[in-house]
Amino acid sequence: MAAIPLFTAARHPATLLLAGSGAALLAYLFLYPVFVMQVMCFALLAAAFNLLLGHVGLLSLGHAAFFGTGAYVAGYAAKHWGVSAEVALALALTVSGLLGAGIGTLALRRSGIHFAMITLALAQVVYFIIFQTRALGGENGLQGIPRPAVFGVIDIADNGSMYVFVTVVTAAAVWAIWRIGRSPFGVTLAAIRQNETRMIALGYEVQRIKLAAFVVSAAFAGLAGGMKAMVVQLASLTDASFFISGEAVLMALIGGIAFFAGPLIGAAVVITLQFALVASPVPAPMIMGFLFIAVTLFFPQGIAGALRNWRSPKTQAVPEQSP
Amino acid sequence: MGDIFSMPMPVLMGQITLGLVTGSFYALLGLGLSIIFGLLHVINFAHGAFYMLGALVAWHLAQHLGLGYWPALLLAPLVVGLFGVVLEKTAVRRLYGRDPLYSLLLTLGIAMILEYGLLWRYGSAGLSFAPPPQLTGALNLGFMILPIYRGWIVLCAAVICFAVWCLVHRTPLGREMRAATEKPELTGLFGIDVPRLRSLTFGLGAALAALVGVLAAPIYQVSPLMGQSLLIPVFAVIVIGGMGSIHGTVLAAYGIGLAEGITRIVFPEAAALAVYVVMVAVLLLRPDHRQRSF
Repeated sequence: MAAIPLFTAARHPATLLLAGSGAALLAYLFLYPVFVMQVMCFALLAAAFNLLLGHVGLLSLGHAAFFGTGAYVAGYAAKHWGVSAEVALALALTVSGLLGAGIGTLALRRSGIHFAMITLALAQVVYFIIFQTRALGGENGLQGIPRPAVFGVIDIADNGSMYVFVTVVTAAAVWAIWRIGRSPFGVTLAAIRQNETRMIALGYEVQRIKLAAFVVSAAFAGLAGGMKAMVVQLASLTDASFFISGEAVLMALIGGIAFFAGPLIGAAVVITLQFALVASPVPAPMIMGFLFIAVTLFFPQGIAGALRNWRSPKTQAVPEQSP
Repeated sequence: MGDIFSMPMPVLMGQITLGLVTGSFYALLGLGLSIIFGLLHVINFAHGAFYMLGALVAWHLAQHLGLGYWPALLLAPLVVGLFGVVLEKTAVRRLYGRDPLYSLLLTLGIAMILEYGLLWRYGSAGLSFAPPPQLTGALNLGFMILPIYRGWIVLCAAVICFAVWCLVHRTPLGREMRAATEKPELTGLFGIDVPRLRSLTFGLGAALAALVGVLAAPIYQVSPLMGQSLLIPVFAVIVIGGMGSIHGTVLAAYGIGLAEGITRIVFPEAAALAVYVVMVAVLLLRPDHRQRSF
């Protein structure tokens, strides 16, 4: 197995993705639009996160830093500088990518579990900085973020046109992540996951390749955050908190990290649960805790893995171990 | 921003004492985490929750059984330690040999259930827990006024750190633990029950966290989320001190505690960041310092 498979033997991934976008557009007729837009934002976050965990085998516990930075950058630019939507999102993508270069450089100095703890600690620094910066609203967050016109002409202020915009951006970004996974670069990432020592012996600059993957992942997580800020018109401290990092991990894991479609499915499941539980007194993090336990103990391959085994029981997908 | 040299002596000493108290908590929690990691290869994200459970059990003992601080200091770690053993035997054990990612997320799930489940039950308002009468009040040392309870925490932590070191390096049990950390299969072949050793270690780590919780209960409010804010800095301390090295962890913990105390005088807003700044510096200066497993 080179790069991670989409779901099962997918012959026409582009068709599938188009079908997915079509389904998302169709969902507008039946579901609450803000809910579906949130699912799309988090699906992008989870896919970006899994570019590290599923492709390279690197567990980041700090993706909230990029998601939050993206949300605040896009929100601030749209609110105070009055830039158009695509510029705000491009800024979110760029700044998060740069932050990713910084955090990645530091965290990649250690491997395995240390890497995870360093990303967690550095994300906490980003959280504190956002919290202390007065211009970003402290505990109140950045409120009343506008939805500026795309290219300055296409109005996306109402939920309907915003919905189309979010679908297009998400589809393009998810497709880009899929392509990256299938490119020579993506195959190199998979090879590093499978046997890092051999890749070093073969003369690949493993550290730089990992850093590149980290930056790409961070940038897309920032894009997801920026988009989310425009959807709900709020960038809050929660966006940068450990809660979001945990959610990204949970989504990827529930869906199945060994499959490209896994995080997308996982995002839909987790956000649906959150919307369903919003009126109940049971705290959402507690439900997330139960899900973590259930998935790690009983379904380590996630939903995509279970579906795949059901489709073709002979080729059991065993979750791989990093060395 | 103030100048550290123009500080009145008592203020400076006060912050240093506070730094030592924080350092004590970091050291004890870090010790538990690194012992568990050494033997089980599990990053225990539930450590903060065990710490909180210790404080909460102590509060319950006082509230419902009328037991004071001293019995709680013994009973709460015992209860939480047993709980840890049960958790290890029922859940954590199933994930050995898998990618450490899975046990990390399992313990994270346990922490979320405990913390938010109890938050649902108790609310976020802190419950107060009184220190014993023998430890209230303050000592006037001439150059500063030392609250007795703070001094007691630092003293206690030093004794416990030394006891843990003795346990690991000077007892037969510690010898088995170190052997099982280095070569688990081989240790098993010598007839040592490694699975039992692992449950014991997990329970010991949990008990240690609970003990810190009881120590902390009189100075911090007892609340279900009290462990959350402490756990991430402790992870950073472990990264700095080198996972699994006892004296590395303890030194790093007190160093960071003092650094936080001093930052609080000079630049209060950044005190919470001091630990991470040190971590970044260590990562930059010592790229592969002490990356070993016990």
